[in-house]
Amino acid sequence: MELKPQGNIDGNSAVGVKKGVRGTSPSQIALRRFLKNKLAVVSVVVLIVIISAVICAPFLTDHSPTKTNLMLIERPPSDDHPLGTDSSGRDNLSRLLYGGRVSLIVGFSAMFFTLIIGVTLGSLAGYYGGKVDAIIMRLTDLMLMLPFLVLCLTIVAILEKVTIGIFVAIIALTSWPNLTRIIRGAYLKLREQEFIQGAKAIGASDLRIILKHFMPNAIGPIVVNATLMMATYIIIESALSFIGFGIPQPTPTWGNMISEAQSIRVLRNSPEAWLPPGLAILVTVLCINFIGDGLRDAFDPKSSRRS
Amino acid sequence: MYKYIIRRILVFIPMLFILTVLVFALILAAPGDPFTGKMDPNVDREVYEKQREALGLNDPVHVQYWNWLKGAVRGDFGDSLIYKGRSVSELIAERLSNTVYLGIFTIFITIIVAIPIGIYSARHPYSLLDYGATAFGFFGLAVPNFFFGLVAIYVFSIQLGWLPAQGSVSKPGLEGLELFFNKLQHLILPGITLGLAGTATYMRYMRSEVLDVLGSDYIRTARAKGMTEPVILYKHTLRNALIPIITLLGLEIGILLSGAVITEAVFQYPGIGTLFISSIGNRDYPVIMTINLMLGLFVLVGNLLADIFYSIVDPRIRYD
Repeated sequence: MELKPQGNIDGNSAVGVKKGVRGTSPSQIALRRFLKNKLAVVSVVVLIVIISAVICAPFLTDHSPTKTNLMLIERPPSDDHPLGTDSSGRDNLSRLLYGGRVSLIVGFSAMFFTLIIGVTLGSLAGYYGGKVDAIIMRLTDLMLMLPFLVLCLTIVAILEKVTIGIFVAIIALTSWPNLTRIIRGAYLKLREQEFIQGAKAIGASDLRIILKHFMPNAIGPIVVNATLMMATYIIIESALSFIGFGIPQPTPTWGNMISEAQSIRVLRNSPEAWLPPGLAILVTVLCINFIGDGLRDAFDPKSSRRS
Repeated sequence: MYKYIIRRILVFIPMLFILTVLVFALILAAPGDPFTGKMDPNVDREVYEKQREALGLNDPVHVQYWNWLKGAVRGDFGDSLIYKGRSVSELIAERLSNTVYLGIFTIFITIIVAIPIGIYSARHPYSLLDYGATAFGFFGLAVPNFFFGLVAIYVFSIQLGWLPAQGSVSKPGLEGLELFFNKLQHLILPGITLGLAGTATYMRYMRSEVLDVLGSDYIRTARAKGMTEPVILYKHTLRNALIPIITLLGLEIGILLSGAVITEAVFQYPGIGTLFISSIGNRDYPVIMTINLMLGLFVLVGNLLADIFYSIVDPRIRYD
């Protein structure tokens, strides 16, 4: 009987705040702090608009992003092609929308796989310590020896053909070391705490301790870094596509569209072709970074005084 | 401290060795050999095998590695597969100075912009300029540098015609001061483009470092003693606040070099970055390998210098 009203208060967070009832979970506190951060909330809204636009691409434009038309090369904006056409006569607006899909998917999946590798290795190193830790840390040192982009490009040179899947794999396989170090650091701080000792003492399995006790306590750095990583990968995809070693043409991506501006003629005469994809990257990355910052403040107990 | 420096240098040596193995292994993973795609299909299998034998491609892996390493130590990295008859060292030597100029210029801009603004922001937090600097920081980290470079070319070269858009000099045959200023002009746009992210980062670091130091006990003591603001700022605050910044510069080399690859491509700037990109496109493995080794070496040396520097300037740190 007593549980019911309490459940009600917990469920309705606004009431909980007003009455000053304790017992909200850390993630609820974080969410509430996040919602107070106006910049982050606006960013979420803008990002949702961008994502909806690229998902609804077929409804927003009738043109195919890959169909070339040699009669319509580098046309200025018109009613039919609001952003003109590119050097192969493809509609720029349609490429902008469909390209957004590819860029966002690449950014998200690269983040997802890096997260899997980084969290797994970081957990192993941070939890077991000793030899496992030493081996994993030496491996991260090895991976960090070459500048990230240089390593990426070298692997592109070794592989004969790059597809979206391979591209995501290259990014995930070359960029996990930083995340691994962060997760390991977070685990090392937690390791000596009493509740971990307690869990060990009652005989919980290693996997259970990692999943149930470490992970939830390290969720802050994991989520924040995942967000910022996604922004970085969107930039990396566009940069590599720009110099011609990313997602191969004719697949539209924002970077591929900007690479048209490597021709000084396009750069000079058709800013409507290369400016929108660049601004799209800028706005997307800005939003993701603001959200990441908002999450960092929301998860960080020290920053609770800042409104 | 000296013990630490010597030990740190001793650790550098095995790392260097591992770097060479890594670079060699990467290229070993590449498919084909120098003849792939360039061979007349009518050539006898026997001749082909003889050529492979002559180039040592049939040797066991460790022998190949050893031969490559012996050459590398003497500065002999073999010949380019694409530019016939030109050695890799020659190609790189031609481009290296341009990239070094770009790097130095970029670091210079970063420091003269980021540090004063960072100090100002820390001394006047939540002022108009502080908010402006924060906004600039977000922008600088979010804008892809190739896109910023294109916008810069569009505005300053094409529309306004103030600065050159491409290359490292306008025309051959310039000398003395004229050459210097011409090169400098060509460095401005790429330097700003490459330095943007770093400037944003250092500004934030500088702000938080100075804020940290200003809030510390010894600054309060200095104030209590009645020292003037400039003395507190320059003598007590900056000395301590700059330590992590300068150390970071050493670690920044890798990021700077990665950025240089993209930035040089945007501005068609004839440096190591553009050479690297064209070599990737041509699958010119000896050049790729050597640039990898060189950039890896820069990163290692940067880290080494940062560590050594840190141990010298910060006597509070004890090593055991």
